[in-house]
Amino acid sequence: MRLPHLDPYLRFLLLANLVIVLFAALRSGGTFVGIDNLQSMATQLPELGLLALAVMLAMISGGGGIDLSVVATANLAAITAGLTSRALFSADEQATAFTLTFVAVALLVGAACGFLNGLLVSGLRFAPILATLGTLQVYTGVAIVLTSGTAVIGFGDGLTELGGGTLLGLPYPMWVFLIVAALLAFVLGRTRFGLRLYLMGTNAKAAHFAGIRTRTIVLATYTLSGLLAATSGILFAARANSAKADYGSSYLLIAILIAVMGGVNPSGGFGRVLSLVLAAVALQFVSSTMNLLSLSNFLKDFTWGLLLLLSVVLTNSTFRWWTSRPRKEVNAGT
Amino acid sequence: MSGLLGEPAAARAPSSTWRSLTRRPELVTLLLIVALSLTIGLINDRFFSVQNGVDLLRSSIRTGIFALGVLTVLAAGGIDVSFTAIGVFALYVTTKLTMSVWPDAPFALMALASLAIGLGLGLVNGLIVYRFRVPSLIVTIGTQYVYRGALLAFVGTAYITDLPRAMDAFGRATLLQTTTADGIRVSLPAAFLVLVAVALLTWYVLRRTLLGRAVYAVGGSLPIAERLGFNVGRVLLFVFGYAGLLAGLGGLVHGAMNRQANPFDLVGSELDIIAAVVLGGARVTGGTGSVPGTLLGVVLVVIINNSLILMGVPSTWQKVVIGAIILVASGIFARRSATA
Repeated sequence: MRLPHLDPYLRFLLLANLVIVLFAALRSGGTFVGIDNLQSMATQLPELGLLALAVMLAMISGGGGIDLSVVATANLAAITAGLTSRALFSADEQATAFTLTFVAVALLVGAACGFLNGLLVSGLRFAPILATLGTLQVYTGVAIVLTSGTAVIGFGDGLTELGGGTLLGLPYPMWVFLIVAALLAFVLGRTRFGLRLYLMGTNAKAAHFAGIRTRTIVLATYTLSGLLAATSGILFAARANSAKADYGSSYLLIAILIAVMGGVNPSGGFGRVLSLVLAAVALQFVSSTMNLLSLSNFLKDFTWGLLLLLSVVLTNSTFRWWTSRPRKEVNAGT
Repeated sequence: MSGLLGEPAAARAPSSTWRSLTRRPELVTLLLIVALSLTIGLINDRFFSVQNGVDLLRSSIRTGIFALGVLTVLAAGGIDVSFTAIGVFALYVTTKLTMSVWPDAPFALMALASLAIGLGLGLVNGLIVYRFRVPSLIVTIGTQYVYRGALLAFVGTAYITDLPRAMDAFGRATLLQTTTADGIRVSLPAAFLVLVAVALLTWYVLRRTLLGRAVYAVGGSLPIAERLGFNVGRVLLFVFGYAGLLAGLGGLVHGAMNRQANPFDLVGSELDIIAAVVLGGARVTGGTGSVPGTLLGVVLVVIINNSLILMGVPSTWQKVVIGAIILVASGIFARRSATA
C-alpha cells in the first residue's frame, strides 16, 4: 500500500494532533489516554465528522458550493425516521424491524433533501449559499410542523446499542464514521465520479467542454451530502435516543470549520477525506482536553479558532521552512 | 462576456423590460417588497398602519448597519461571517469598560471606543486574508471563534443590564413620536439616524471615490485589478476594516436599543444578514451590489421575519414560510445571473 502524500495540511494536522495529545497527556497525568476518555471522545466525534464530510462534498463541487442545510437535513431525517418506525413497529418488542426501518427511512429522507438541494443548485441555478439557506429553514420548518416542536423520544434497544455499544473497544458510531470516511475516500480518489467532481470543482467550464455532465455530478454530489447528513442524524438520534428539530444548531459552523481546517478549498476542486478526519480528531482532542482539565467551554471555541488560523498561517507558501513545495495560489476572494 | 462581444440591438429589444430589470437587481427586490406587502396587506390591513411601518424601520436599523459592512466585503469578492462576533465583542467590552472606568462617559466616547474595537478586529481579518491569500470564509470562521471565544472566556459571561447613563439615554431617544388612533404610542428611535448616516457614507465611498472603484474592481477580478495597478492589499484592509467598524457600531446601537449588553447575543444571525445583502442584488462572487439594493434587501428580510404573525401564519409553520420566501426570492435572482 502506498503511503498518502504528505501535503502541508496533513503535516500540520499530524503535528497539531501530536502536540495536543502530548500536552493533554502530561497535564492530565495520563487520564487523557485512558480508555474511558478515548471512548467518550469517539462517540461525539462521528456526528460532527459526517456533517463536515457532507459540507466538504458541496465545497469540492465549486461554484460557491456549500451545504448549509446539513444539520437541518440530519434532524429532519431522524425525526421522519422516528415517526415512521414508531407508527409501524414497537420500539421494544420489534427492535430489529424498528431499527432497520429507522435507518432506511432516515437515509431515504436525507437523500431526498440532498437531491432537492442539488436540483435547486444545478437545475434552477440557485446560488448554493442561498438555496441551502432556504432549504435549511424549510427542512427545520417541516421538522417543527411534524413534531409541533417537541422531541420524538424512545427508539428502542437496537438504536441505543448502535449509539452506545462498542465493537473491539471502539464505539459503533466511530466504526460507522471510519467506514463511511474510507468509502468516501475511495469514491473521491479512485472512481470516475471522484475525478470528474474534482475537475468540475477546479474549472466547471473546462469540465463541461470535456464532456462531463456537470449537472448530473452536482445533483449526485448534493444527494451524497444529504445521505452523509442523514447518517449523522441517525447516530445523533441513537446516542440521544431522541430526535428534535433544533438539535445541534451550533453544529453547522463547526462542520464548516472542520472542513476548511482539513484543507477543503471553499472555492472548489480541493479537499481530502484523510485531512478532514484528522482535523475533526484535532478539534475533538482540544475539546476533550478542556473538559478533562475543567477549563471554560469558551476557551475551547477560542482554541478551535486559533487552530484554524494557525493552519492557515503554517500551511502557507510563504513559510518555506515548513512546506517543501509551494501551495497552489488561491484567490483571496470568496 | 457578452459585454466584450457586444450584442445586436435587435436581440435586445424584445425583452427590454426584463433586461432593464436584470441590469438593476434592486428593482427586482423592490418589486418583491411591493408584491409581498400587497399580499400581507390584503390578508391583514394592519400591515399598512403607521405602527407597523415604524416597527419595520426600527427592526431594520441593526440589520441595516451590519448589512452595509457585509455589502462592502461582498463587493470586493470576499465574505465575512465574523462581523456578528465583532459586534458583540465591541458592545460588551465597551459597556463593561465604561461601567468600571467612567459610567458617566458621553455616548460619543463610547461610540468611538466601539468603532475602534471593531476597526481593529476587522483589520486583523483583512490582514490575514491579504497576507496569506486564503479564502476569507476560512479566515472569518476562525476569527469568529477566536473573537467570541476570547470574549466569553476572558472578558465575561454575565449580562449587563445596568447600562452607562449616556447609552441608556441614547437607547431611549426618539426621532419621531406620534399616538395612533387607538392610543398606541409609536416612536422611531434616534438610532435610525445612525443607519441613515452609515448608508450615505457607504454610498459615497463606493460610488464617488477611487477606493470604491477599486473595491468593485478587486471583486470583479482580483488578477485583473492587480494588473491594472490597484493596490489589492489596501482594498482588502479597507473592506474588512470597514465591515469591522460598522459591526462595532451596529453592536453598540443594538445593545443601546435592547437596553442590555448580552455577550451571547448576535452570533448566529450572520447568515440572515448575508442573505439580506444577497437578496438586495449583491452576488456572493463579488463585483456587484449597491447601497440602495442592500437597504431594500434588509427591508425585504425584515418584512418576511416580522409579518408572519400579521399574515396569521401559525407559529409552527413560520420557518417553512420563511424558507419558501427565501427560495422564491433567490430563484428570481438565480434567473437573473443566468441571463446576465
